[in-house]
Amino acid sequence: MSGPETATSDIVGAAHARLRHDSAVKHVTGDAVYVDDMPPLPGTLEIFPVVSPHAHATIVSVDIAEALRAPGVAGIFGAGDIPGKNDIAPIFSDEPILADGLAEYAGQPVLIVAADTYDLGRDAARLIDIGYEVLDPVLTIDEALEKGQFTYPPHSVVRGDAEGAIEAAPRRVSGEVSCGGQDHFYLESQVALAVPGEDRDITVHASTQHPTEVQRGVAHVLGIEINDVLVEVRRMGGAFGGKETQATGIAALAALAAALTGRPAKLRLRRDDDMIVTGKRHDYRFRYEAGFGEDGRLEGVKIEMATRSGNVADCSSGVMARALCHADNCYYLPHVRFDGLPCKTNTVSATAFRGFGGPQGMLAIETVIEHVAAELGKPVDDIRRINYYGDGGRNVTPYGQTVKDNIIVELTERLMREVDFEGRARAVDDFNAANATLKKGIALMPVKFGISFNLPTLNQGGALVHVYTDGSVHLNHGGTEMGQGLFVKVAQVVASTFQIDIDRIKISSTRTDKVPNTSATAASSGSDINGMAAHIAATEIKQRMARAAADHFGVETGSVEFRANRVYAGNESISFAECAHLAWRARESLSATGFYRTPDISWDAKTMTGSPFYYYTYGACIAEAVIDTLTGESRVLKADILQDVGNSLNPAIDMGQIEGAFVQGMGWLTSEELVWDEDGHLKTHGPSTYKIPGSRDVPPEFNVHILEDAPNMVPTIFRSKAIGEPPLMLAISVWLAIRDAVARTGGRKVFPRLDAPATPEAILMAIEDVRERANQLPSPLTGEG
Amino acid sequence: MTLEFHLNGRRHAVRDVPPNVTALDYIREHLRLTGAKEGCAEGDCGACTVVLAAGPEGGRTFRAVNACLLTLPHLNGADVLTVEGLADGDGLDPVQAAMADGDGTQCGYCTPGFVMALYALRRGPEEIGGEIDPETVHDALAGNLCRCTGYRPIVDAAVKACGEKASEEAGPGGGSAHAPARATDRYEAGGQAFLSPTGLDEMAEALADNPDAYILAGGTDLGLLAAKERQKLPVVIHTGRVAELLEIRDEPDHLEFGAAVTYTDALPLIGRDYPSFATLIKRIGSRQIRNMGTIGGNIGNASPIGDTPPCLIALDAVLSLHSRDGPRRMPIEDFFLDYRKTDLRPGEFIRSVRIPKPKAGEAFRTYKISKRYDQDISSVIGAYRIAVADGAVRDARIAYGGMAATPKRARACEAAITGSAWREDALMEAARAVDEDFEPLSDHRASAAYRSMVARNLFARLWRDISGADEPLDVALIR
Ligand SMILES: Cc1cc2nc3c(=O)[nH]c(=O)nc-3n(C[C@H](O)[C@H](O)[C@H](O)COP(=O)(O)OP(=O)(O)OC[C@H]3O[C@@H](n4cnc5c(N)ncnc54)[C@H](O)[C@@H]3O)c2cc1C
Ligand code: FES
Ligand code: FES
Repeated sequence: MSGPETATSDIVGAAHARLRHDSAVKHVTGDAVYVDDMPPLPGTLEIFPVVSPHAHATIVSVDIAEALRAPGVAGIFGAGDIPGKNDIAPIFSDEPILADGLAEYAGQPVLIVAADTYDLGRDAARLIDIGYEVLDPVLTIDEALEKGQFTYPPHSVVRGDAEGAIEAAPRRVSGEVSCGGQDHFYLESQVALAVPGEDRDITVHASTQHPTEVQRGVAHVLGIEINDVLVEVRRMGGAFGGKETQATGIAALAALAAALTGRPAKLRLRRDDDMIVTGKRHDYRFRYEAGFGEDGRLEGVKIEMATRSGNVADCSSGVMARALCHADNCYYLPHVRFDGLPCKTNTVSATAFRGFGGPQGMLAIETVIEHVAAELGKPVDDIRRINYYGDGGRNVTPYGQTVKDNIIVELTERLMREVDFEGRARAVDDFNAANATLKKGIALMPVKFGISFNLPTLNQGGALVHVYTDGSVHLNHGGTEMGQGLFVKVAQVVASTFQIDIDRIKISSTRTDKVPNTSATAASSGSDINGMAAHIAATEIKQRMARAAADHFGVETGSVEFRANRVYAGNESISFAECAHLAWRARESLSATGFYRTPDISWDAKTMTGSPFYYYTYGACIAEAVIDTLTGESRVLKADILQDVGNSLNPAIDMGQIEGAFVQGMGWLTSEELVWDEDGHLKTHGPSTYKIPGSRDVPPEFNVHILEDAPNMVPTIFRSKAIGEPPLMLAISVWLAIRDAVARTGGRKVFPRLDAPATPEAILMAIEDVRERANQLPSPLTGEG
Repeated sequence: MTLEFHLNGRRHAVRDVPPNVTALDYIREHLRLTGAKEGCAEGDCGACTVVLAAGPEGGRTFRAVNACLLTLPHLNGADVLTVEGLADGDGLDPVQAAMADGDGTQCGYCTPGFVMALYALRRGPEEIGGEIDPETVHDALAGNLCRCTGYRPIVDAAVKACGEKASEEAGPGGGSAHAPARATDRYEAGGQAFLSPTGLDEMAEALADNPDAYILAGGTDLGLLAAKERQKLPVVIHTGRVAELLEIRDEPDHLEFGAAVTYTDALPLIGRDYPSFATLIKRIGSRQIRNMGTIGGNIGNASPIGDTPPCLIALDAVLSLHSRDGPRRMPIEDFFLDYRKTDLRPGEFIRSVRIPKPKAGEAFRTYKISKRYDQDISSVIGAYRIAVADGAVRDARIAYGGMAATPKRARACEAAITGSAWREDALMEAARAVDEDFEPLSDHRASAAYRSMVARNLFARLWRDISGADEPLDVALIR
């Protein structure tokens, strides 16, 4: 289908306008209501979760008798109390909400205590006696690989003969690099409030990116039908992928308590429990081998991509698919073998997180590229340039999709020119020559990110629009609001479609009884699919209104025009409200649903080939960092970003997404370190021990530019592009810049091994390693670079 | 026995609410003001930030604090402002307007906390005066985490809204629209007692009568028992109203800080005499934590990773202790016996800490190493007082935190350095004695190997720093 091309702006709040978040005023006054802020219903129970202290153990006995007699306790429930199925797996099966006989990670919920207050539940929980028989846990990638333990059967992206090409290539490198996981650290921890209704009905107020999955999960667990469950989401206090599948179990536990006690029940995970109980970004270990020519052109690349998938598969197969499909980043790789190994470990299930495997895959290939440059002693950006996707056959990804919208060469060249990359690099050299303690590094990171869920089925969206007789509009769609500004963007689309001011449009909460069978608000696709669905619904109503106006004024329907809050028919014009009233009198329906499916996408999960992405989004960042060679401390000094957003639906919102994603990515790669002890206990489970970036960590010079005049080549809603995830990967530039600084401590003679996150310790140890290796080189060092 | 305070200008009298209920829970759950959020219940995210206004008209101070760490009786007689109290009908406070108009909010969950932290900045003088530039804003926001925005718009909004400061303007909490709430000496509910003596002798008596009582100062350590552990606190004795413990003395040869003096209040004098120490204090927790927390609490807490004890040891600080039996003095070094064990006797408390003033020919430096610059616990903290004469080290007093079960002097290093040449290579040679002094642990903050390596390398920084090396030495300070 062809999409709407442009939006005019003689109304307030049209598409492409800079508008603030629709709830901004409520945010600053404290009036915005989150689940935990809702006025309590009488009799509401609070749930205290009892979790396994062991990473791997059989549960041999459970004694709750004394706890049940404790004050304020309404019930204590375990796997055996679940009326339906103890399974909320989003893709596979057997993913329990409560451990049933076997605990598979430290922090896995075993029981829930429902009591009058959280504190009473906690007091009662101390009286519970659970007998465990502790088993050996599998905690590392190596242990899992040795045992051949996977959460689902591994898959690979293969093209040509990587081994043969590497073997035949004039030059070769090989190495290993790891990146850590990441806690989402949404400021609002996981929360759900379940309210029992008539019959088996249950209403769940959840903080979820995926109301439909919560609805399905609750129905499944309670053994009722999906239509018995209503899920409502007004807003989340942040999500970042952490509330895509992980919110389902929380909601199901609240619903379980509500259904079994007949009272409203709320589960709000306290911060430490949230971090211990729920999943995080996948950590990865990459082992790579690459063969290339003397000019640095890659011939064959082989990467073993092993991740700790955790105790269950959850959405790991999707994350891995995206990692496999982004380990090419912007580079044409003739012969490829990427093997994705989802290791089953006794750690919390890894899950969706902004970028969804993309950042990890890109980090791997950028390491390969840089290693090649170091091996050849050439500027890394020459190696990037020679390997970028181009034409003449060099435009097909390893998974078989032709890259048709490639702008990475122009985009990176423009950015390098605009920030005077060469001058800056010379300044870095000068600084390093003049300073012994601190060393600077600088790096470019190009990003190409595929937009659409890998799995075509998920690329659908629905909306429900009503126009009332006073011309006010009620807007509802399947997307959820987590702070990313989806609601205001979709409202702008509807304002543009009807040509009315945005304040006539009521933005309402996401509800499963209004728009059913939705996909998660994820994969950056929220405005693409929901915006288009809302546009389709509004267009439908608009046509009916036009018909009524045409009949009334005796003109052709096609000549009726909506403009600046008015409807024009021949020489007459009436207000939008009058037209709505007119249409009602003429017995036109002023309500419509809209449905959109992303066209032209395909994916064969067996062969891991197809064209899963409707289009690609591009961006680049140049970052400069400084490190302390005595302590390993680091700081990002500058970041310059140029990001493609198509014809932005709302530049203010897009800017916020770019800046926020970049800083979040920076945290992943620098200060955010998840540490487990040898028994599998997470030791970093609150902001006191897990350090996300603070305001001072943002580069003091942080320049973000949106690529102008870059309409999407494919007909998305008003030719916009998705923005939620792509800029996160721009932050890889920070890690590259730090690695560059480390390399310079050894005169750039050896390629540093620097794992992410680049904490002060990781940096200092990498410096030591580089200096030691550089000193062992036969040729004498020629000063530091 | 009621507890009285003002909240957003309205007087509240509380009875029957147990004193271990946190101010945040009270505000959210009892008063149903849900603007302030719980993001962590450990003082690290700032989502719960509220402002305490104090002082007479014309000299009001506005201080941001973490409501999650305060227990309800901490509000004894206080004047509290929450985000609900800022807007006047539709008229937003300048901070709110700048945040809303400048895209300073996305999910909004952190926002009320940022708004209150910035409100305090807008209405109050900063720790160490000056213009509102981004660095000043970072100082004020180190205790507020936002996961959505990337901070740039928040910092811009802060610069805009706090730029023209008008501390004495009318506004919420600004004037004296109400008489101050009456503070009580004792609050009891649910079988728990909160005692708030006002004089040294009363304090000593209260403690003698309740030797197992928790001594509560700012609550930035102790508050975690209420906030996170949800522990009952049978008897708490609060130091915050004991006049003698609030004294600050600037004597010819020393500074003396009462044990209940907050970091914020101690900072100006410390900054004058020991700028390096002040730089460190500005990295202890956050603005909120420093508004609540005390040096006395840092000492009383006796954590091996507390930041001030190594400095105080290196500075030869002397503690004044007090009990019903009278006063006692001791060098602070002797106070720390073992992991979180001090020489404090039953019924005894810290009255003050005395810090000698700098002597000619001596230099003092302290370096804190942590994963994040702001609001992070040290992996290693080193403190050095060095006297150099004729190209050689005449005297050295060195202490480390994060390297042993207590904050501890590095005696072997001191011995190795004293008398050695004042040269980097000589210092680095002496620094090898770090391995004699310490066998650090590995934990989630850092490995033992890293801690030892940094403890040694800091001698190089020390030399370059004191000898005035012509190069920047701190990643935080360069552009
Ligand atoms: C978010 C956060 C960040 C922090 N960051 C840092 C940091 O960077 N560096 C650092 O060193 N610390 C840090 N801390 C710890 C804490 O803030 C400090 O230790 C602070 O100095 C404690 O002071 P307080 O007044 O709040 O003590 P309280 O919590 O009131 O008391 C602490 C302990 O001292 C005892 N005590 C208090 N006063 C006396 C007295 N007069 N006599 C005897 N015993 C007494 C108490 O009984 C208690 O055991 C942080 C804490 C939080 C919550
Ligand atoms: S809730 Fe996080 S600081 Fe209080
Ligand atoms: S706006 Fe979401 S955490 Fe700050």
